Amino acid sequence: MFQVRIHGRGGQGVVTAAEMLSIAAFEEGRHAQAFPSFGSERTGAPVVAFCRIADKEIRLREPIMEPDALIIQDPTLLHQVDVFAGLKRDGYVLINTGKTLEELGVGEFLKDWNPARVCTVPATEIAIKCVGRPVPNVPLLGGFAAISQLLKLESVIKAINDKFSGKVAEGNVAAATEAYKTTLRAMKEVAAHA
Amino acid sequence: MLKQTEGSHAVAEAVALCRPEVVCAYPISPQTHIVEGVGELVKSGELRNCEFINVESEFAAMSVAIGSSAAGARTYTATASQGLLFMAEAVFNASGLGLPIVMTVANRAIGAPINIWNDHTDSLAMRDSGWLQLFAETNQEALDLHIQAFRLGEELSLPVMVCMDGFILTHAYERVDMPTQAQVDAYLPPYSPRQVLDPAEPVSIGAMVGPEAFMEVRYLAHAKQRQALERMPAYAAEFKSIFGRDSGGLLHSYRADDAETIVVAMGSVLGTIKDTVDEMRAAGDKIGVMGLTLFRPFPSAQVRDALQHAKRVVVLEKSFSIGAGGILATNVRTAISALPIDTYTVGAGLGGRAITKRSLHALFRGAIQGKLEFLTFLDLNREVVDKQLAREAQKRRSGPIAENLLRDVGVVAAKIV
Repeated sequence: MFQVRIHGRGGQGVVTAAEMLSIAAFEEGRHAQAFPSFGSERTGAPVVAFCRIADKEIRLREPIMEPDALIIQDPTLLHQVDVFAGLKRDGYVLINTGKTLEELGVGEFLKDWNPARVCTVPATEIAIKCVGRPVPNVPLLGGFAAISQLLKLESVIKAINDKFSGKVAEGNVAAATEAYKTTLRAMKEVAAHA
Repeated sequence: MLKQTEGSHAVAEAVALCRPEVVCAYPISPQTHIVEGVGELVKSGELRNCEFINVESEFAAMSVAIGSSAAGARTYTATASQGLLFMAEAVFNASGLGLPIVMTVANRAIGAPINIWNDHTDSLAMRDSGWLQLFAETNQEALDLHIQAFRLGEELSLPVMVCMDGFILTHAYERVDMPTQAQVDAYLPPYSPRQVLDPAEPVSIGAMVGPEAFMEVRYLAHAKQRQALERMPAYAAEFKSIFGRDSGGLLHSYRADDAETIVVAMGSVLGTIKDTVDEMRAAGDKIGVMGLTLFRPFPSAQVRDALQHAKRVVVLEKSFSIGAGGILATNVRTAISALPIDTYTVGAGLGGRAITKRSLHALFRGAIQGKLEFLTFLDLNREVVDKQLAREAQKRRSGPIAENLLRDVGVVAAKIV
């Protein structure tokens, strides 16, 4: 079983991201379970959502305390919430930012991490460009597909078309695709340096 | 058809497939997505011959449901928590009048202190209302139980609550197999009321009954409800023949055949318990599970049969009768009172406290080792409890309990669980 925890703020589509991740996994014939942390749903408040992916029925209903992957939609949470709590050693970390890990102040924490498992992607910028709104959730799913190689980009696109339609869907497909490519490029650079 | 969708959405679709004629509801978390979903299906025309009525309160919702059901319409509503309590008088009336309304309860705690998260206090506060109560373990089961609930309720002329864990199920996206309209039509015949307000054949429903017959009316309600103990398994079998899967029934045992310890629970926590039990089985522990689907009527004889070979029974319940102890546990203990079985009551998950495998391992291990007390609370923070008790002993005006505890616990937004 692969467990993903998504951190963000109310209004950034954190819960929707987890739901779409589960739809993408379902599209690939896998079992998936997505659920929110059910906190107070206020714009700007820290929000957590979870997604489990497995090859058999998922019965477990506890929150994800030891994730295999983290998607951090808002880097300002890094010093407010214990986002790394329970993260498995060399678990995947995808952060929405245009800054470096050092600039974010997490370079020290991740310095011994497998560099192929840590990536940043400027998802908010990509969303503003492609969707016209600062919603980083969908491009981050594209980035997640690239870094984890757990899902195909096509499955993410199917999930987008399941959730949205018309221009919003088009914009999000473009955003996810761009983030996917950006992340792949960044991964290649990391591999070249390694 | 297999689809990945939200629990609430799956239930809304299943309810629509049952062709309700009146749906009345008032929004309350975590139930709202369900009636919104049904409302959208009415508006889009996918659900035809259905009147969706927005009402001004939960009391009105149940009152409208009573009226429409008495007029012979297949009637559905949904609520949760304070909403269920607000309609309480009408809830008792619906069953007293013998009206087969189906209602989803998206289980949520009751205030004060106000709390939107999941436990079973709301449904269990209505356990004596005369409604049948079914508890779903998964979203698939929630969906299936709604289809069975219409069949069962209309056959017995009694209302049915389908209880599903708020947020944990209602807001969870998971895989469900959505039946076809043809399947549901083959299973659920059009509503043929046992009593109906019909101008062509006038009757009155709801007479005042004095001491001369009230006890007999109550006894008949009991006898009628007990018929569900035979109907439920039969309808589950028929359901399987049409839909191809096991769903419903009275209770389900899991790895319990040779179990010395059997854990009893209701609802979505059964999944986490089963995963824990699998791990303990792998380590050689003789432990199993009994999940209860039907809570009212309580299947006493079947519970006794399922538990009779156990040495100990651990009842883990998301409810608590303040000043007394467990509610489910009391029912279980009564069912097995003639047997030499130790029964432990564990209050768990109250107000949405996460129930983790780690805590369950420690709990079940303690029970096997004879270290468990007869009434305990899973992951109770004894420190803050003692601190408050000390405060109260020290000072008469020691401040509101809820506010004091929040200060003691500290900022929770930074924590994951």
